[in-house]
Amino acid sequence: MAQTGKPLPLLAAALALGPGVAQAAYKFNMQEPATALGEQVYFLHNMMTAVCGVIFVAVFAVMFYSVFVHRKSLGAKAANFHENMLVEVLWTVVPVFILLAIAWPVTKTVLGMRDTSNPDITIKATGYQWKWGYDYLKGEGEGIHFVSNLSTPQDQIHGKAEKGEHYLLEVDNPLVVPVGKKIRILTTAADVIHAWFVPALAVKQDAVPGFIRDTHFRADKEGVFRGQCAELCGKDHGFMPIEVHVLSAEKYAAWVGEQKKKMAALADDPNKTWNLGELKKRGEQVYASNCAACHQPTGKGNPPAFPALAGSKVVLGPKQAQIETELNGRPGTAMAAFKHLSDVELAAVITYTRNAFGNATGEAIQPSEIKAARK
Amino acid sequence: MASIPGHADAGHGHEHEHHHPTGFMRWVTTTNHKDIGSMYLWFSFAMFLVGGVMALVIRAELFKPGLQFVEPEFFNQMTTLHGLIMVFGAIMPAFVGFANWQIPLMIGASDMAFARMNNWSFWLLPPAGTLLVLSLFMPGGSGGVGWTLYPPLSTQMGIGMDFMIFAVHILGMSSIMGSINIVTTILNMRAPGMTLMKMPLFCWTWLITAYLVIAVMPVLAGAVTMILCDRHFGTSFFNAAGGGDPVLYQHVFWFFGHPEVYIIAIPAFGVVSQIIPAFSRKPLFGYASMVYATSSIAILSFIVWAHHMYTTGMPVAGQLYFMYATMLIAIPTGVKVFNWVATLYRGSLSFEAPMLFSLGFLFLFTLGGFSGLVLSMTAVDVQLHDTYYVVAHFHYVMVAGALFSAFGGVYYWLPKWTGHMYDEGLAKLHFWLSLIFFNVTFFVQHFLGLAGMPRRIPDYAPQFAEFNMISSIGAFGFGLTQLLFLYVVIKCIKGGPKAAAKPWDGAEGLEWTVPSPAPYHTFETPPVVK
Ligand SMILES: [Cu+2]
Repeated sequence: MAQTGKPLPLLAAALALGPGVAQAAYKFNMQEPATALGEQVYFLHNMMTAVCGVIFVAVFAVMFYSVFVHRKSLGAKAANFHENMLVEVLWTVVPVFILLAIAWPVTKTVLGMRDTSNPDITIKATGYQWKWGYDYLKGEGEGIHFVSNLSTPQDQIHGKAEKGEHYLLEVDNPLVVPVGKKIRILTTAADVIHAWFVPALAVKQDAVPGFIRDTHFRADKEGVFRGQCAELCGKDHGFMPIEVHVLSAEKYAAWVGEQKKKMAALADDPNKTWNLGELKKRGEQVYASNCAACHQPTGKGNPPAFPALAGSKVVLGPKQAQIETELNGRPGTAMAAFKHLSDVELAAVITYTRNAFGNATGEAIQPSEIKAARK
Repeated sequence: MASIPGHADAGHGHEHEHHHPTGFMRWVTTTNHKDIGSMYLWFSFAMFLVGGVMALVIRAELFKPGLQFVEPEFFNQMTTLHGLIMVFGAIMPAFVGFANWQIPLMIGASDMAFARMNNWSFWLLPPAGTLLVLSLFMPGGSGGVGWTLYPPLSTQMGIGMDFMIFAVHILGMSSIMGSINIVTTILNMRAPGMTLMKMPLFCWTWLITAYLVIAVMPVLAGAVTMILCDRHFGTSFFNAAGGGDPVLYQHVFWFFGHPEVYIIAIPAFGVVSQIIPAFSRKPLFGYASMVYATSSIAILSFIVWAHHMYTTGMPVAGQLYFMYATMLIAIPTGVKVFNWVATLYRGSLSFEAPMLFSLGFLFLFTLGGFSGLVLSMTAVDVQLHDTYYVVAHFHYVMVAGALFSAFGGVYYWLPKWTGHMYDEGLAKLHFWLSLIFFNVTFFVQHFLGLAGMPRRIPDYAPQFAEFNMISSIGAFGFGLTQLLFLYVVIKCIKGGPKAAAKPWDGAEGLEWTVPSPAPYHTFETPPVVK
């Protein structure tokens, strides 16, 4: 790669000239912030780095002076002092004041970060192993919900295809929000702890299973902002990115209209009786986006954490037990609960697993059976 | 300071011991603090190599974007084991090794207070290290959960996770026993006239560290036992569905974990505080304030744990309290740095390998302290938490801090341990190569973190490619350099110029009054300190 040599001279320059130059090239500093709070964080980091830099230079100027001047090889004779009350007090007390001066602006920013009151739009982000689910709970777009998966092809990851521009930071269904509006993000998780992290929006919030946490941002410019899950969540922790599209108010309204239409078209008639072929076809899609990461597209799994479905006793056994497992998960194992999927989706995916990978029960599970089992 | 040197014919028995096993059994049954100290140091170096190879697997995979060498599950197991092995297997035992060798020699005691427990606390380590490595060969491999072992991820893992939990239990027992021994030895076995405030600073730092170990290791044992119960016995300490809370684990873990940082750093401060005055030929500046600063750091370390958890969603009052408390630690830490620099000032400095490593420590540890100060600011930490900035920060503290100090300590006391001088030229080469490759590896990781690269990921976006490649090159250089260290040490054990009882003209302390190599038994009649 021809580029590898490039950062070295820059790095040397940054080291020699201190934080002033380091900020000039964004690669050496935080991503350009897209929110007012992000600007504050960016400023605080630069300020602290500069303060530390000044103290560092002052202290180590003394060290290097001694190293070069008070050398035995130059005939330096050691002095014998080993105490001085005045300097001891000074270098204990002066840092206290420096810290107080710094603590004040940081406190203001922290208070701003934690103020999630009066949002325009509230969206719940749910971490799953390994994707994000979004539910628009309140405000314009209320009722929209979708799942957001990594869209980078496996071939790129395994070096069988050229890597795209947004390699690993691209998703099938990005989160869409309007510019200039206060967006409150509620985070939670279905299985293990994840963290919702978008650097340019200055937002990172753990998503803890069984609990709801919140954070917020107000993007002051349109654009696409990318981030990643920041809390180790298992095998594909590195492969569950976050992509946020910030649109103008009009474009956002258009997007909301489009989504509502799509959802209406997709809504399934709960009373319809599905045939085996329809269920298998739908189930294959549900399987690919919910199950294949662990149980593998082949159904062979990845034992022992992720057992095979091909020939599985549960999948080939009584259907009631499998419905139970899908709805409630298996506490204490990697098998999460999937009760957030719709009756049709669950019926389809169960039917699919019972009739794929060499399994051939010939059974078609109807959505009504899932509905009954939920009670 | 008269002392009666022990029998120089080490290994040929002693009037109190009629049967002295030889060969392997000598090491299994030994209760001699010098033998046990050596075993600790060798064990820790072996673990350092194992953990280092794991680090190189990680850096090899991160050399380029894309998955090349290992699967993500295995990558996660490598990051987890690398952390556990380096913290519990390499760094902590290394400093217990120094304590075993040096504390009795420094305070004029004949041995450690509980010699048999000393043997036992060492011999718990090899089984624990073996359990950690064996966990890789269990079905599903080891636990790929990070060294912090956060549930619920750690409740999902296979049997390898149980191996890790038991290993942590055993390692904890070993450190508690080692620490009880150190506290008892220091408080009861000092030579007449050696008051606490006359002790070498290394003994002070270990006394304080030992109290920290005794206080927090049981907390860690409790936390991992709760995971074990959640995994196998149907409890729900950390499972919300059963009324528990995953974040509770993080509070308990970091109540151990933050003092743990100082358990690693404080003995390193102690080693450096011996070396810098010796090669400045000038007494340590502010001895008393060093003792007070170290104690304050230890006490403050108990009240800052949740600064590792700013993003878990604690109330804003909690975030602010932990931020202020964390910033406070900068004050005693600053005092220590200022004292070291004042010791150098107007000294008569020479730059043998121990001094070079101590100066490297001083410079780079302070850099790590400053990035810690940046991270203490809640608002900035929210941005940088769980990114490579944090990885860079703690490697400056752990590697350039603790490890450099340990290298300095080995070179400083090697003449006393072996009776030979080491090869100064090669040791200096070891320092300069370590210094350069360390910075190549870790300095660039600050930039990766600032740009938003999360830690613990096996693959990354192309915008992070250059710095990762530089970091990987540095890591391989750093790893290979450590083989040079092994060579220098073995060469010194095998031979070399004879070392005088006091090979460093500026060194102070009782350890330099006994011949080099230190006889098998020393200070059987306590020396008198004026
Ligand atoms: Cu995640």
